[in-house]
Amino acid sequence: MSTLSALLKREGLMQALVLAGLALVWEASSRAGWVHPFLLPALSDVLVRLFTDMQSGAVFVDLGLTLYRALTGFVIAAVLAVPLGILMARKRGVQWFFDPLISIGFPMPKIAFVPIFILWFDIYDTSKVIMITFSCFFPIVTATYSGTSHIDKWPLWSARSLGASESQLLREIILPLAAPSIMTGLQIALPVGMITTIVTEMLMGGSGIGGAMIAAGRFADSVGVFAGIMEIAILGMVVIRALDRLRARLLVWHPENRAH
Amino acid sequence: MAGGDRHPASATAGHGSFVEVVAVCVRYLPLLIMLAAWELVGRSGLVSQQMLPGVGAIATAFFDLLQSGELVTNAWRSLSRAATGLGLAVIIGIAVGLLMATRPLFRTLINPLVRILYPMPKSALIPLVMIWFGLGDASKIFLIFLGCLLPVIVSAYHGARGVNPFVIWSATSLGASQEEVLREIILPAALPDILAGCRTALAFSFILMVSSEFVIAKDGLGFLIGSLGDGGNYPAMFAVILTVAGTGFVADRLFGSFVNHCLRWKEQA
Repeated sequence: MSTLSALLKREGLMQALVLAGLALVWEASSRAGWVHPFLLPALSDVLVRLFTDMQSGAVFVDLGLTLYRALTGFVIAAVLAVPLGILMARKRGVQWFFDPLISIGFPMPKIAFVPIFILWFDIYDTSKVIMITFSCFFPIVTATYSGTSHIDKWPLWSARSLGASESQLLREIILPLAAPSIMTGLQIALPVGMITTIVTEMLMGGSGIGGAMIAAGRFADSVGVFAGIMEIAILGMVVIRALDRLRARLLVWHPENRAH
Repeated sequence: MAGGDRHPASATAGHGSFVEVVAVCVRYLPLLIMLAAWELVGRSGLVSQQMLPGVGAIATAFFDLLQSGELVTNAWRSLSRAATGLGLAVIIGIAVGLLMATRPLFRTLINPLVRILYPMPKSALIPLVMIWFGLGDASKIFLIFLGCLLPVIVSAYHGARGVNPFVIWSATSLGASQEEVLREIILPAALPDILAGCRTALAFSFILMVSSEFVIAKDGLGFLIGSLGDGGNYPAMFAVILTVAGTGFVADRLFGSFVNHCLRWKEQA
């Protein structure tokens, strides 16, 4: 065990060294003039920009707006899609109506519908959030439906024969058994929601990281573009980590977490 | 992956049996209901024809665009970019993923990059590729390539890591070369994961194709949608949007049947 953790630590150390090396090469290549600083501004310049933006608070306004839009759309999608997925698996009529709609909607590139939402709801937060909800909805409903419909019939029958009511059945059997699949759906939907948030912000403006980056791009401010990419990379990593943590927390009882 | 795969019966309904035809009709009836509702809402005047053009108007606009050649030209430009980016990503992604799984040094070098790039929303790179490659094809192809690359790398890596080492040891002890082990054991065993990664990449290629054409508007389907919308020609805008959505759907379905064909040797769970 100790050798394994030592090995893991060594690999982590190696990877940190690789990253440090890359950062050095990046810094050196623009300082030494191997690459034009417009194409690749020095890492230190980008970090300085990030720091001044943090001091002025501009980063937090943009990050906050992007996060707020992404999470609002994502949560609305989850609130709609999880019950619908369960209903589809439980009620034949619901399944009949929604299955063809969802199996057609799932593989479509939803981002193409942005101009329709702009036409209907203008360019402010409403249309952004609706667009994000629309693109998060399909992965969640598909995963919930498949997770719920693959539940073994035996636990359901035993619970029912022991006198469980429909709501008990839902709370005690269906939700826990479908939870891993639902979580997977959420974990697919959130990055999709982030991509959609950035694109809607780039297209409609109204601040947020996407808006700030496209403005930086238009003014040929490549340091600003790189600072924006770093901010988004950090935000994406934090959000995805948070969902991983949530999964581990919610599914503590599940065999998938027992290995460690 | 999606609902259609769960109904193998409806896929083979071409035998002309009356029951099967009825079953297919019943299955797709909800789509007709939605279409009728769309048409009715448009006609009733609840929303203006501008906001929700009728089904007939959209169909007419579609055929006009088809005849004028605008749709075909732009679709060709878009799809060739998507295919180039995706194709490069699949080839390079599989190679990198397999190398990461079999060469520890390679993994140490590449893994930090993968871990940084994987969770990043790739659409954020649009301004960067604009700076690097300008407004032409190269910027969009590079964006699609990068977006599709990571799901392929990660799936190939996980697929190859999941291979039972005993099988590899037996093959090696029976005299298989490294290249034979890769071709005969690791690649087939990782294939289901690789194909699933490619399917995700296919979806990403469409998303990034359209978004990059919206933002870096020069030509292609995304540009066509934007310019029709700006010109107020909403039936035509709806027609192109539905064309993009339909193309994405058909591409996914075709890839799905290709996957089933490739994995027909696999036992069905």
